[in-house]
Amino acid sequence: MSENRRDMPENQPAKHENRITERTTRREMEHTSILRVTSKLLIPMIMLFALYVQFHGDFGPGGGFQAGVIFASAFILYALLFGVNAARKVVPAWVTRVGLAFGLLLYAGVGVVGMLKGGNYLNYSVLAHDPIHGQHLGITLIEFGVGTTVCFAMITIFLVYANRRS
Amino acid sequence: MHFAILSFMAVSAFALVRLRNLFAVVMFSGIYSLLAALLYVLMDAVDVAFTEAAVGAGIATVLMLGTLTLTTEKNEQSHKLSLSSLVVVTITGAALMFATLDMPRYGEAEAAIHHHVAPRYIEKSKAEVGMPNIVTSILASYRGFDTLGEVTVVFTAAIGVMALIGRRRKKKKNPDDKSDDTPAGDKLAGDKDEKATV
Repeated sequence: MSENRRDMPENQPAKHENRITERTTRREMEHTSILRVTSKLLIPMIMLFALYVQFHGDFGPGGGFQAGVIFASAFILYALLFGVNAARKVVPAWVTRVGLAFGLLLYAGVGVVGMLKGGNYLNYSVLAHDPIHGQHLGITLIEFGVGTTVCFAMITIFLVYANRRS
Repeated sequence: MHFAILSFMAVSAFALVRLRNLFAVVMFSGIYSLLAALLYVLMDAVDVAFTEAAVGAGIATVLMLGTLTLTTEKNEQSHKLSLSSLVVVTITGAALMFATLDMPRYGEAEAAIHHHVAPRYIEKSKAEVGMPNIVTSILASYRGFDTLGEVTVVFTAAIGVMALIGRRRKKKKNPDDKSDDTPAGDKLAGDKDEKATV
């Protein structure tokens, strides 16, 4: 996350250089090329960190919400540097829509499964033979649902805003 | 340490109000969120700090910058000092400060909030849920319904954005495709400069 944030101010000076003439555009391209190469190195790290936050949330700070935001920030970084259309090729509209709905349905579905197995809605203890295992399974599943929905929601909001300006 | 961070927060909040350059305002709101996250870490609320850093300082700043490209960078509104609003703000602030005098001291063991459901979570969540991180077991299991509601809010927000401003994209798809090669950074720069000169 901190890496992602850092390149925002770096991105800005280019804006003011651009105003002068085309002579400066070459310099600017070199400027973004450094950012592009660095971001290609950083994006896998950000995604890996997001997965760590997602599945280590039971033991350390973190969970689906934070992981979703971090995972989305990897895509947003990509969209900032390579363009919205390139990002839309990676995550087409149907993927974000399906993912958005899938996460919420997974969460709600876990609750319904608990009901079908004889417990209350969102009671995970009945999901497995032993309550502790059931709780663990339920929490992992719903955290995954939270992560998916939050991630695709952030990507959708950003890409829709970014598309609007062109 | 707390006072140092709080005074930095106060300074950045004051800068937020006084500055007219909206780009600087967005940056200062990011800084404000980071300072808040730092404060939460010092208060041992690591999960909250994590969320604040990821959402408040990260995504919110990026979304604000995205919004800035749709509008102008300068705030044109005149700022006259309004006496009546100053009075209202002063009275409200004084009332809130007066109310904090009745609050229990930070970290006091006798505070009411530490005797409601918290002892049960601390004592029994290991046996009932089995998670080492109590925050996760409260959010995901004990308060699972609340979290479901929160996810629904996020989902609704995305749906709302898609329905309100996502639709126009399809109509003007052709001009979009032409500018395929320009990276977002350049597009952002060009777009903003045009608006600045107009």
